[in-house]
Amino acid sequence: MTPTLHAWLAIAFVAAFAVLGEVLIAAGMRQLGDLDDIRARSGLRGAIVAVLTNLRFLAGALCMAVNFFAMLYALSIANLSLAGPAIAALTYIGNAFAAKLFLQEKVDRRRWLATLFVAVGVFLLTR
Amino acid sequence: MKHSLRPSQYAILAGIMLTASVGDSLLARGMAQMGPMDIHHLSRLLLQAPFNPFVAAGIVLLIGFFAAYTTALSWADLTFVMPATAFGYVVIALLGHFWLHEHLSVSRCVGIALIVCAVGFVAGGPSRTEHPTLDTMDAGLGPL
Repeated sequence: MTPTLHAWLAIAFVAAFAVLGEVLIAAGMRQLGDLDDIRARSGLRGAIVAVLTNLRFLAGALCMAVNFFAMLYALSIANLSLAGPAIAALTYIGNAFAAKLFLQEKVDRRRWLATLFVAVGVFLLTR
Repeated sequence: MKHSLRPSQYAILAGIMLTASVGDSLLARGMAQMGPMDIHHLSRLLLQAPFNPFVAAGIVLLIGFFAAYTTALSWADLTFVMPATAFGYVVIALLGHFWLHEHLSVSRCVGIALIVCAVGFVAGGPSRTEHPTLDTMDAGLGPL
C-alpha cells in the first residue's frame, strides 16, 4: 500500500467514526433533553448519571474513543497540514448529511452554506 | 425551530471553541515529539502516548471539550453547534499571527473570512429543530 493511500484510508476512517460518534451523541442528548433542566431537577449528579446511562450516548462515546486513537495514528503517518483540514472538512460535510438523514434536523440553505463555508475555510486556514 | 440562547449557553459554545482548538494543537505537538507510529505496534500508541505531557494536557482539554459539547447538543442541533464553534480555528490562526508572529497568507485570510461568514449564518438562525412527536416518544412520554 502506498503511503498516500494509507494516509487517506486513515483519514477516511477517522472522519467516519467522528460522524458516527457525533450523530449518536446528538441523538442521545436529544433523547435526554436540556441538561440544564435535568440539573435543576436532579442536581449535577443526576445529570451525569442520566448522560452516562444513555445507550446512544455510550455508543457515540465508544465511537469517539475509536476516533481519538485513530486520529493519533493518522497524525503519526500523515502531515498535520493534510490530515487536519481533510478530517475537519470531511467531518463537517458528513455531519450535515447524517444530521439531516438520521436526526431529521432541518438543514436549511443557511446551514448548508455555513457547513460548506466552514469546510472550505478550515481547508484554506490549515493548509 | 427554536432560537434564543442564554448567556450561559453562549459561554458553553465559547468553551467548545477554545478547548477543541487548543487541545488539538497540544495533541499534534505531542504526537510530533513521539515520531511515526507503526500499525503493528499499536500498544506503543496506547501505552506511551498518554504519558507525553503535551498529549496528556491535550486529553484533559478534550475531556472538557466533550463535556461542553454534550451539554450544547442537549439544547441545540448538531448542524448548529458544529459551524458555530468553528470560530476556534480563527482564534488559533489569529493567536499564531499576533503571538507567534506566523505569516498570515492570503488563503488563510480567505479561510478566516469564510468561517466568520459561516458563524454569522448559523448564529442568525434558529438553534434547534423541534420534533414534538419524536422528542416525546424518545423521552418515553408518548403513546407506545
